[in-house]
Amino acid sequence: MPENRPAANRDWLGLKMELPPRRRLLLTILSFVIPLAVWAIVSYVPFIWHPLVMITDPGDVDYFTQGDEFPYADFLEQNKEMAAQHMKPAQGYRVNPVYLPPPHAVARAFFTAFKTPPRLPNEPWLHQSLGHSISTIFWGFFLSSIIGVPLGVLCGTYRFFSRLQEPFIEFFRYLPAPAFGALCVAILGIDDGPKIAIIFIGTFFQQVLVIGNTVRKVDPALIEAAQTLGARGWKLVRRVIIPASICDIYTDMRILLGWAWTYLIVAEVVGTMSGITFFINQQARYRNFDNVYAAIAMIGIIGFFSDLFLGWLGTVLFPWKRRNRSRSKSKVPTTGQLWPEKVEPVMTQALVHKKPELESNVAG
Amino acid sequence: MSLAEIKLPDYRELAPEVAERFQKIRQRPVILSVQGLEKSFGPVNDRHCVFSDISLDIHRREFICVIGASGCGKSTLIRIVAGLDDSTGGAIMLDGHGISGPGPDRGMVFQGYTLFPWLTVKRNVMFGLEMGGGSHSTCETEARQWLEIVGLSKFEDSYPHELSGGMKQRVAIARALANKPRILIMDEPFAALDAQTRCQMQAYLLQVWKKVDVTILFITHDLDEAAYLSDRILVMGANPGRVMEFIDNPIPRPRSVRQFISPEFLALKNRLEELIHPSFGAEDDEEKIPVIKMTEAGDEVE
Repeated sequence: MPENRPAANRDWLGLKMELPPRRRLLLTILSFVIPLAVWAIVSYVPFIWHPLVMITDPGDVDYFTQGDEFPYADFLEQNKEMAAQHMKPAQGYRVNPVYLPPPHAVARAFFTAFKTPPRLPNEPWLHQSLGHSISTIFWGFFLSSIIGVPLGVLCGTYRFFSRLQEPFIEFFRYLPAPAFGALCVAILGIDDGPKIAIIFIGTFFQQVLVIGNTVRKVDPALIEAAQTLGARGWKLVRRVIIPASICDIYTDMRILLGWAWTYLIVAEVVGTMSGITFFINQQARYRNFDNVYAAIAMIGIIGFFSDLFLGWLGTVLFPWKRRNRSRSKSKVPTTGQLWPEKVEPVMTQALVHKKPELESNVAG
Repeated sequence: MSLAEIKLPDYRELAPEVAERFQKIRQRPVILSVQGLEKSFGPVNDRHCVFSDISLDIHRREFICVIGASGCGKSTLIRIVAGLDDSTGGAIMLDGHGISGPGPDRGMVFQGYTLFPWLTVKRNVMFGLEMGGGSHSTCETEARQWLEIVGLSKFEDSYPHELSGGMKQRVAIARALANKPRILIMDEPFAALDAQTRCQMQAYLLQVWKKVDVTILFITHDLDEAAYLSDRILVMGANPGRVMEFIDNPIPRPRSVRQFISPEFLALKNRLEELIHPSFGAEDDEEKIPVIKMTEAGDEVE
C-alpha cells in the first residue's frame, strides 16, 4: 500500500522534508563518492581528456625521447609525417598531465609520504611538517582567543566598550592579514613569530566582532529576569550573560578556527617557509604531485575531523542543548498525574469535563 | 439573549462577608504605594504620553489584577514597578521606601517563562538565593522546598526545555517566590498556555498565594482570569493610559470555577466588558466587512 507510507518514503525531493536515516547516509556517502568518481573517470578512461602521450619508443622522430610526454596532437602529426616518409613511427600511450595524478597514486601517497625520508637531512618529515602547522595554528588562535573572547564579551555586554572598540576593529578587519607579512618579519624575525602573528591578525578582529554580536543577541528577558532575582554587575555577566551565550560563542569559535586554517598557507610562506606549506612546495618542486594532493587532503581531513570532534565535545559541555534527552530517558511522563494532589477536586473535575486529555503535550 | 438583558445585581454591592474581608484588608499595612506615576517619551515638542497620574495602594497579601485594552501601558506600569523601566514622574514606595532599579524585593514572573536554559530546574530556583549570598547547601535545601510546593520535585534535575509550558511557569513561580519578595509581579504569566493548563495554573496560583506570605500584582487581558483571581481589579484605559476604575471584586472567596456563572461574577464581568469594550452589548457592534456573497441562494449557514 504505497499511498499509506509516509510522504518522505515516497518522495526524494520533498520540500523541507527530512529524509529517512538510510537515505541520509546514502546521500552523505554519495556526496564524497561523486567527486571521487569524476576524478577516477578522468584518470582511468583513456579517451577522456588525457592530452599528453608518454613516449615508450621515439622511433625515428628526432625530438621525441623515451619517457617524455608530448601533446597528443604533436604525436599524431609526427607519426603522420613518419608514415609519409616510410620511417619508423613513435610508440607511446596517452596520459594525463603530471599535476593530475590518479586516485590510487594519491591514496598510496597518504602512506608513503609519511614513510619517505626527506631528501635533505635538514628537511622535516611529513609528520613534523604537519605538527609544525598545527602548532602555528594553535598559538595564533590561542593568543587571539585569550584577548579576543573577553573583549568580545565586554563589547557585547557594555555599550561603552562596544563604542570604544568596534569602530576601529571594523576598519581594521578589512586590512588583509597577509599584507602585514613584511611588517611582521621585520618586527618578529623570520621564524614562527610572524606566522603566528598573521594568524592572529586574521582571526582576532573578526573574533571580537563576531563574539560581540553573539553576546548582544542574548535574550534581554533573561537578563531582566536575573535582575529581578537580585543579580547585578559582574555577577550578572558571569552567571547569566556568559552562560546564555557560551554555546553560540563555542559555535563561533569553531567557524573562526576554520578561518584560521585558511590563513595558515599564507602565514607559512612568510619568512622561512615552514610546515605543511614547505612540504607541499618542496614536493611540487620534485614534481611529486601525488604527495601534494595527499598533503592538501590531509589539511582538509584534519580540519574536518577536528570540527567533528569539537561538535561532539559541544554536546558534552552543554548538556542543556541536547534536545532529545528527555525522549531517550523518558523522564517526563506523558500521561497520568502531572499535578500536585493539593488541587481542589472540583477544579480537576471541571477541567476533565472540558477537555479529556490533561496537560499531555510535555517537552513539546 | 445578551448579557445585558439578564437581571444582574450591581457589581458594587458586596455581600456582608466580602465587605468584611475588604475591611480587614484595608487595615493591613500598605506594601506598594504608587503616587501620580507618569510615563512619557519623545522630544519635548512631540511628547507621547504612555500613561499619567496612576495612583494605587496595595495592602499586604492582596491579590491585585490589572486589566486594560492593549496600549494602555499596563505592561509599562509593572515594568516600572519592577524597576526595569524608569518613570518620568510620580513616585513608587515599597514598604515606605523609594525604589531604584530592579531588586529581589520585587519578584517577577514573565509571560515567556525566562527560565535559564543552562541550569537545571533546581539550579534555576537556587539562582536568586545564591545571588542573595546564601551558601550552596542552604540554597539547595530551600530550592527543594519550593519545588515541593509547586509539585515538581521529580523534575529537579531536568532542564527547562524538557518541561511543558505549565511546568516551566511553575518553576518560574517557585524561582520568584524563593527570594521571598515583598510583592510578586506577574506579567500575563498564563497567556501563552493552552486553555485548560491556564485554568489549572490559576487554581494553583490561588493555593500558593493562600499559603505563602506574598502580595501579588497580576497583569492580564483575560477578564475571566482577573475576576477569578483578584481581590481588586485595576482597570486601565488607553490614549492616554489612565486608571478608569479600581474595582472591589464582589465574588466571595474561596473561589471555584462554579462561580463563573454566579450573579456576582456575571455582574463584574459585565462591568469589565463595559469598561474595556465600550460598545459591548450594543446592536451595531458587529462590524460589517465588505465581502460579496459567493454562495448560492438557499445555501445560508446562519
